[in-house]
Amino acid sequence: MNGRNILTVYRKELRDSLRDRRTLISMIVVPTLMIPGIMLIGGAISLRVVKKASEEVPAVMILGGDDSPLVRAALAADRKIRLLPAAADWRQRIIDKQVRAAVEIPAGFDAALTRGEAATVKIRHYESELRSGFAVGELRNFFNDYREKTVAARLVAHGLPAALVKPFEVKTENVAPPEKVGGNIIGGIVPYLFILLCFTGAMYPAMDLTAGEKERGTMETILCSPVARVHLVLGKFLMVLTASLATVVWSLLSMGATFLLGGLLLAGTAAGGLAAAKGGAARMSVLPLVDPVGTLTVLAMVLPVAVLFSAVLMALSLFARSLKEAQSYVSPLIVVVIVPAMMGMLPGVELNARLALVPILNLALVCKELVSGVFHWNYLALIFGSTCLYAALALGICVRLFNREEILFRS
Amino acid sequence: MIEARHLTKIFHDKKRGEIRAVDDVSFTCRPGQIYGLLGANGAGKTTTLRLLATLLRPTGGGATVAGHDVGTAAAAVRAQVGFLATSTALYGRLTARETIAYFGRLNGLPEAQIEARTGQLAAELDLHEFLDRRVEKYSTGMKQKTSIARTLIHDPAVLILDEPTVGLDVMTARNILRFVRDCRARGKTVIYSTHVMSEVDKLCDGIGIIHHGRLVAGGTPAELRARFGETDMEEIFVRAVGGEGEEAA
Repeated sequence: MNGRNILTVYRKELRDSLRDRRTLISMIVVPTLMIPGIMLIGGAISLRVVKKASEEVPAVMILGGDDSPLVRAALAADRKIRLLPAAADWRQRIIDKQVRAAVEIPAGFDAALTRGEAATVKIRHYESELRSGFAVGELRNFFNDYREKTVAARLVAHGLPAALVKPFEVKTENVAPPEKVGGNIIGGIVPYLFILLCFTGAMYPAMDLTAGEKERGTMETILCSPVARVHLVLGKFLMVLTASLATVVWSLLSMGATFLLGGLLLAGTAAGGLAAAKGGAARMSVLPLVDPVGTLTVLAMVLPVAVLFSAVLMALSLFARSLKEAQSYVSPLIVVVIVPAMMGMLPGVELNARLALVPILNLALVCKELVSGVFHWNYLALIFGSTCLYAALALGICVRLFNREEILFRS
Repeated sequence: MIEARHLTKIFHDKKRGEIRAVDDVSFTCRPGQIYGLLGANGAGKTTTLRLLATLLRPTGGGATVAGHDVGTAAAAVRAQVGFLATSTALYGRLTARETIAYFGRLNGLPEAQIEARTGQLAAELDLHEFLDRRVEKYSTGMKQKTSIARTLIHDPAVLILDEPTVGLDVMTARNILRFVRDCRARGKTVIYSTHVMSEVDKLCDGIGIIHHGRLVAGGTPAELRARFGETDMEEIFVRAVGGEGEEAA
């Protein structure tokens, strides 16, 4: 193995690629700008929409209850809802989003409460509609308060203590460290993003350095040099791998910066007065913490996957005669990558010895655990070993293809 | 020296079946000679040259280039060959200097030698003006001169040139022909493929006419003139390949 030749090819490919606008865009610009752009702009827009919806005083209709002035008066006095006169087309108005919800008070509601009987209030709403959901929340709060006041009045009337219906309180307390909580929150999405970025980062350079060279006629130029084809493949492969890993690293740095910046901005918007009152600590608590050693281990686990992607993409692209043809071979492969990566995010899919041998899915599953700081060393070894084996096989196929003239001179 | 012995290359195509692109071709070209390979488009010239440059492996027969067998010592052959064809393009995002240096390194030359050879070739081929500009901004002539420099950086004993003047203006083509003659004068073995008959007259010491993959006529220009009873090389070529009717077919 001649390392000097491999390095010569790699250095040339690196220089060539760094001068290529399309490679730079896919390797640096997209992960640096697009991901924070999507996260910050998308986050800010969704926060603004939610904030605006939550600040609106929902318009609510009362259906029935004409013989129950007490509950109607209490509803009218609630500043958090805006009562509209009852209308026959209330259902259509909810669907048309003119009215957020309607509350149906049964006949004789006040009287039933006075007699100590049970009554049922129905809230009509628009399922999955955000503002209708807020209206339902306000109405639930109102009726919970109203129920508690009614119960308290009944207890007083019977000379009984309030603790009779509330013998004990239930309080919850989180005991998991913040990085495990954070790992559970973003543990699913981090490996998915890593896998996807690893693939997309390798995609363009793999096509450009093989099919692109055939199309431009430079492949034949390099083949007539005395350098062994295995060295040519390895030099090119190292460049594709560099692009793949660079995309992941840039994305990671960019995401980290976005989380820090976005966390501060979003916390300021979402937490509002709370953040102002409790200072920086309250703002920082909005950021999900992850285990740093776990995150570094994820990066180490990504390496053989990047090798696998780079080799497979190069081998596939090598079949093509042009960049366009290579795109048609490579593009469907995104589905093959995304499906197992997404399966890893599904709840209930847990890592076992069999799944540890399924490429991509195994990484997605183990990474969920890693960012929470849980290390299954036996699975880690199995996943790393099997992925290295697949990567070596793919690279071997790539080298073999590079030695086949019917592939290189396909016309 | 190049010695082709019954060189044969067969391709297999799903639709067209077996294609004998090069069929039992034999010829010899000695150091200090230019051997012209003449043929129409698709006659088998480029495949023959690719076989000699070890880009393709022969199906039958064989060849030795600078004393090395193309089948068993491909890397040794490539180290002694400078191959230039219409299909050997340059990297657009590199400069001429970077391109030449890259191929120097691939041929195992030390940096000092690469620098010296680059200076020498730049002077001979008049590259200085654009040596540090990116190739993508070059004219066709500038690209071809850079390609020649890339081909010669390791000072190969054998030059395989496939239609090196295609698409060039008259002055650039003349310069390149002069340079090829200079290479012959320095004792290099040159194979020169073309279908421009005037170039054959000006350059070649030996000629092989290839048609449907077979070498249908071969010899010195004088021998071919005597054999076909013609002085004009174009007429000789047409008669060798079976007349104008055959060409039209």
